Amino acid sequence: MKVGVLALQGDVREHISSLIACGVDAVPVRRESEIQSIDALVLPGGESTTIAQLSEVFGIYDLLKQRIASGMPVYGSCAGMILLATEILDAKVGQKSFGGLDISVRRNAFGRQVDSFESDIEFADGSHELIRAVFIRAPWVEKVGDAVQVLASIDSHPVAVRSHTALATSFHPELTGDHRIHRYFIEHVARPALEKVK
Amino acid sequence: MAEVTGTGRVKRGMAEMLKGGVIMDVVNAEQAKIAEDAGAVAVMALERVPADIRAQGGVARMSDPDMIQKIQAAVSIPVMAKARIGHFVEARVLESLGVDYIDESEVLTPADYENHIDKFDFTVPFVCGATNLGEALRRINEGAAMIRSKGEAGTGDVSNAMQHMRKIGGEIRRLSSLREDELYVAAKELQAPYDLVKEVAQTGKLPVVLFTAGGIATPADAALMMSMGADGVFIGSGIFKSGNPAQRAAACVKATTFWDDPKVIADASRGLGEAMVGINVADLPAPHRLADRGW
Repeated sequence: MKVGVLALQGDVREHISSLIACGVDAVPVRRESEIQSIDALVLPGGESTTIAQLSEVFGIYDLLKQRIASGMPVYGSCAGMILLATEILDAKVGQKSFGGLDISVRRNAFGRQVDSFESDIEFADGSHELIRAVFIRAPWVEKVGDAVQVLASIDSHPVAVRSHTALATSFHPELTGDHRIHRYFIEHVARPALEKVK
Repeated sequence: MAEVTGTGRVKRGMAEMLKGGVIMDVVNAEQAKIAEDAGAVAVMALERVPADIRAQGGVARMSDPDMIQKIQAAVSIPVMAKARIGHFVEARVLESLGVDYIDESEVLTPADYENHIDKFDFTVPFVCGATNLGEALRRINEGAAMIRSKGEAGTGDVSNAMQHMRKIGGEIRRLSSLREDELYVAAKELQAPYDLVKEVAQTGKLPVVLFTAGGIATPADAALMMSMGADGVFIGSGIFKSGNPAQRAAACVKATTFWDDPKVIADASRGLGEAMVGINVADLPAPHRLADRGW
């Protein structure tokens, strides 16, 4: 499986290391041909307004939107979650997302950087083991569509959600050296979705 | 479920999210919006850009809280602000305003010529300037969660930024080549804590994100810094002291992302109008060189 990490801005390197640790081929992608060549995509942490804008400027916005809509497995952390949302609350005027995950996301919902925090959370992967989650100016999910499952919450705000082909987290597993979320994406989202297509 | 704020991971992680981006100096809400629209990953709110501080002289201090809050209200991207070196009360004020990052900056007039701020004592993260590896590690030892090479702010002359990036990179490469029993003396020579020196020798990089700053005025300047190994770029006077700030800002963002693609940089460089006029660093008398502040 070849997984691309959208490399317009953000913590691309950390996602690539986590994916490689999960045993998949991981590459940064910025160009049309690179995006065409991948089986699955990760949208990294970063500044969602900057990433969305650069994707338009460099003419890959439509391609990304279309590949995600047609079922390419995708995982987004923090800014990546915002970029996957069908609705963005507290968005910059005119801010676009790629869509693909039927959720409403509130940007910077947990506050400014002084409110950024880490915490142990329960992630519903069936293991009942806690995950150390790092939240940085993080968004939360306010509304989920029928086909979306909530995998983790903080104070009743969903912070990890999935559909058949998409996974999104408000937090940054790529910063902790704990690869369980990436492995979950590979084994429980991307692989089943790709096998179904075959 | 205990939620812990202000941890090293949260502070350093915030800088990781800015990687590959451009942070722009802005003096009012209107400029902040232009920067956000151009794709800046953050803005630095300050009353006078370095070029004006240089031209007008006098003591340069923390900005008016009103002005910072107007900028915070105007944009959704992170807002940084500058405190004077060693001025921990200015830093407390900025923290209370909820700025996302504090730049303990040599561009302002230092408040303490011996000590920097104890940055571990704050919830808000700090970025500090450095001209060499020893200085960078001393700042990290005081709690800096991000480093920027200093360059010579407010000049539009990129030569000092280049010199500082080469120096930091060269010293890191040298450490990686040393035997473990040579690192003690290396730490002494760098005037930096042994543990940090050892960590850099093992990983071959700084333990925090390294941006570059000072004198960057064109898309090609930004790309040059990225190709020297910078994780991202601060642009101060270069944007809003130029002929067409919106277009130049967007062009610098493009060139920072596609720093390794000369065609993209060429396209971004077309028809930008006048760049800031600039001052050659060599023409600046030594007392007016900001990069020498900090130790």
